[in-house]
Amino acid sequence: MPEKNIKSNYEPKIVAFFCNWCTYTAADLAGVSRLKYAPNVRVIRIMCSGRVDPQFILQAFASGADGVLIGGCHPGDCHYAEGNYKMLRRFRLLKRMLKDLGIADERLRLEWISASEGEKVKLVINEMVEQVKALGPLAIPQHLKNINEELKHFPGEEIREEEMAHA
Amino acid sequence: MPEKPKIGFYWCASCGGCEESVVDLAEDIVMVADAVDIVFWPVAMDFKRADVEAMEDGSILATMVNGAIRTSEQEEMAELIRRKSKIVIAYGSCAHMGGIPSLANEFSRTQIMEFMYQESPSVVNPDKTRPMTSVKHNSFNVTLPEIRNLVRTLDQVIEVDYYLPGCPPTPKLLKDAVLTLLSGKLPPKGTVLSPDEALCDQCARKDTKPSDLSFKHFYRPHAVLLDSTKCLLSQGVVCMGPATRAGCEALCISANMPCSGCFGPTSRVRDQGAKMLSSLCSNIDPKDEDGIDAVLEDIPDPVGTFYRYGLASSLLRKKITEDM
Ligand code: SF4
Ligand code: SF4
Ligand code: FES
Repeated sequence: MPEKNIKSNYEPKIVAFFCNWCTYTAADLAGVSRLKYAPNVRVIRIMCSGRVDPQFILQAFASGADGVLIGGCHPGDCHYAEGNYKMLRRFRLLKRMLKDLGIADERLRLEWISASEGEKVKLVINEMVEQVKALGPLAIPQHLKNINEELKHFPGEEIREEEMAHA
Repeated sequence: MPEKPKIGFYWCASCGGCEESVVDLAEDIVMVADAVDIVFWPVAMDFKRADVEAMEDGSILATMVNGAIRTSEQEEMAELIRRKSKIVIAYGSCAHMGGIPSLANEFSRTQIMEFMYQESPSVVNPDKTRPMTSVKHNSFNVTLPEIRNLVRTLDQVIEVDYYLPGCPPTPKLLKDAVLTLLSGKLPPKGTVLSPDEALCDQCARKDTKPSDLSFKHFYRPHAVLLDSTKCLLSQGVVCMGPATRAGCEALCISANMPCSGCFGPTSRVRDQGAKMLSSLCSNIDPKDEDGIDAVLEDIPDPVGTFYRYGLASSLLRKKITEDM
C-alpha cells in the first residue's frame, strides 16, 4: 500500500452523502455564512440518510475515495421517520466489516447535522480531512492495478480505467 | 451424419463438487453424451494440455470452466480454453464469483504462505522450505505454477459468455443450459443462466415471511430448534434468500437450513454482501448504538457471512493489506 510514503501535498478525496433536509442545507448555510472548510469533499445530495445503500459506500472506496462521510437528521428528526436509524444500523456493521477488509475506522463517518448547524459541517469536515490525511491515500484502484500487473493480460482493465475516470 | 457439437469441461481452484454435479445428471448424462462430443474433461477422461493445443481455434462449441483462478497455470489454461471455444461458461460459484476459495482474499499471499508452510500447528519445517516456481534437480529444471496474489473470478482473467451459478449448479440448470446451447437460441452475452429474481420469490416459506421483521437476536442454525414451515429470517436465522438469485429450487431451505448465498445476486444488485447487510441491518430492533451493537454481536464474521461465495467479485475484492 502507498500509505507509507505520504506525499506532503497529498489531498484526500472524501465522498459525502448529505441528506437534503438537514446536512445538505447546513452545508449550504456554511457556504452562505462564508465559513471556511477544507475543499476535499464531493457532496452528493440524497433525500434521506436512509437512502444510502452500503453499495454506494463500497463503490466510492472502490472508485478511489479516501473517505466517506454521511450526514443525516438527528434521531427523531428524519423526514421519513426511521431512515436515519436504518442508516445507523447499517453503519455499525459496515464499519466492523470494513475493518476486517483493512479499511481504517476514520475513513467512514456518520454524523447527525441539522439544517441550522453550518458550524458543525465545517468542524466535521475539517476534522475528517485531517484524520484521513494522516492515514494517507487508500487508493484502491491503484492498489488493484498494481496487483493486476501479475496477469499476462487483463481484459477488465478498460472497464476499471473507466470506473476510475468516474472517481 | 453431421458432426456433433463439441463440449469441454475444465476445473481450476475448485473442490470437485462441480464435477460431481455433472455426473448428477444421472440418466440425462446419456442424453447429453448422445447429443454432444465431450472433447475435453480431465477429471473423467485422459486429456492433456497438448490435446487441447492441437485443436483448431474456436472448434469447441462450449467449455464449462469451474473453479476460481489462483495460479499462473489456471490462468494459462483459461486463456487456452478461451481461444479454442466459441462459448465459455463460468460453471459454479467459484468461476462465477470467486467462491469459498476467494475468502483467501482476506489474507495476503505472504500471510498464507507463512501459515501454511510454517506457523500451522501441524507443520514441521525447520529449513523454512517454501514452494518455488523453479528448482534445479540433477540436471533438470523443475517448474511449478506461481500462486498469484489474488484469487480471481474467471471473468477477471478471460472474457466469459455465460454463468451457471451455484455451489454447485443443479443438474436441472446444467441440463437446461446444454439444451439452450444445442437450440442455438442464445441469450445475450453475460447472462446468468438462472431466473433473475430473489430466492424468496421461489421459496415455499415465502408466505410466512413477515413484512416487518424486527431482529433482537440472530441465531446460528445449530443453536435453535427451527420450525420447518416458517421463514428462517423470521426465526432470527440469517437467510441470504432476499439477496440471492433464485434457481436452486430453495434446496437448503427444504433441508431446514438457511440460504448462504451460493447463487450470487440478481442483475439489479452489484454487491451481494452489501445488499444483504443493508436489508438485515435495516430490520434490527434497537435504535441506539449499544443496543444495535449487542444484536450485531450475533454476526461475528460479516465478511464470511455475506461474501461466503463472492469476495472476489465484490466491490472491494480483497482485504487492503500493506503487502498486497
Ligand atoms: S428469507 Fe429464506 S426462508 Fe425466508 S422466504 Fe426468503 S429464502 Fe425463504
Ligand atoms: S438455498 Fe442458497 S445456498 Fe442453498 S443452494 Fe440455493 S442459493 Fe445456494
Ligand atoms: S430525512 Fe434526513 S436523515 Fe432521513
